[in-house]
Amino acid sequence: MVNRISFSLLAVLMLLVTTVFGQDTASAVQQAATQQNTETGAVNEFFRSNSKIYVAVGILVIIFSCITLYLVRLDRKITRLEKEK
Amino acid sequence: MAKNWWKILSVMLLLYVIIGGFMVPVPVIGNNQQAARSIFFHLPMWMAMYTLLTISVVNSIWYLATNDLRRDVRASSAGSVGVLFGVMGFLTGMLWATYTWGGTIVNDPKQMTTAIALAIYMAYLVLRMSFTDIDKRPAYRRSITFSRSPSSSPDLHHPRTVDSLHPGSASSPGFSDKDTAGTIKMVLWPAFIGFTLLGIWIYTLRNRYKRLALKNIIHG
Repeated sequence: MVNRISFSLLAVLMLLVTTVFGQDTASAVQQAATQQNTETGAVNEFFRSNSKIYVAVGILVIIFSCITLYLVRLDRKITRLEKEK
Repeated sequence: MAKNWWKILSVMLLLYVIIGGFMVPVPVIGNNQQAARSIFFHLPMWMAMYTLLTISVVNSIWYLATNDLRRDVRASSAGSVGVLFGVMGFLTGMLWATYTWGGTIVNDPKQMTTAIALAIYMAYLVLRMSFTDIDKRPAYRRSITFSRSPSSSPDLHHPRTVDSLHPGSASSPGFSDKDTAGTIKMVLWPAFIGFTLLGIWIYTLRNRYKRLALKNIIHG
């Protein structure tokens, strides 16, 4: 269980690192910055609405979900330990 | 109750941070707008991670000095929760960067070194579990403790030496009296303490679980 989660996270991270190292630093960032306000799509519009306040809300949601996930996993492990005895 | 005052403090501080984080006025700079409030939740992740990884390294060294398996259990628990906070910091940074820097993953040196450091740490946690012999695990840790400790913190890796999109790099201001608004600091400092205490709380839970699981080995 833990192994699988760690492995998949690891794979995603490695992928991100390898894709980014292919880019040229400054120009890529600038390009992205000039593009950013012209992007469309429901998700983009949502996060940019109300002066981007939903970015901060989204960050709180990420933190809360990650901590909850971690606690649920810990909970399961403790349950398993209790059943053994 | 008397022993748990810091858990209550942590919850109170975090409540204050969540409410205050959305209420205090923040300066609107460039395209950051209200997304600047992310600082109250993103930055403390790294502070908590530093604290937990420091606990991990200190206990690793302590284990090497005393050969006490409980130290090794503490080191692995702190490492695990430290990685949790690192992952949260990385994910929150990705979301924020998408709407301010204009890319989920950009070629920012701090973002890159963090990704690498987290990848190495996870590889370590996975490898560690592949040793079924409990006595071999610390032996493996011995080789990695010292190589891990400096690079686990990207900020310490190159403080103000390279250009970065993050504040506090070679060519941009850091968080000092002159360039951080007072209202931000009013929430940011309690956030550092609150999230770090929360991290330590989760670490003690995991540590207690591990000690129970390994009870026969540790005390036998």
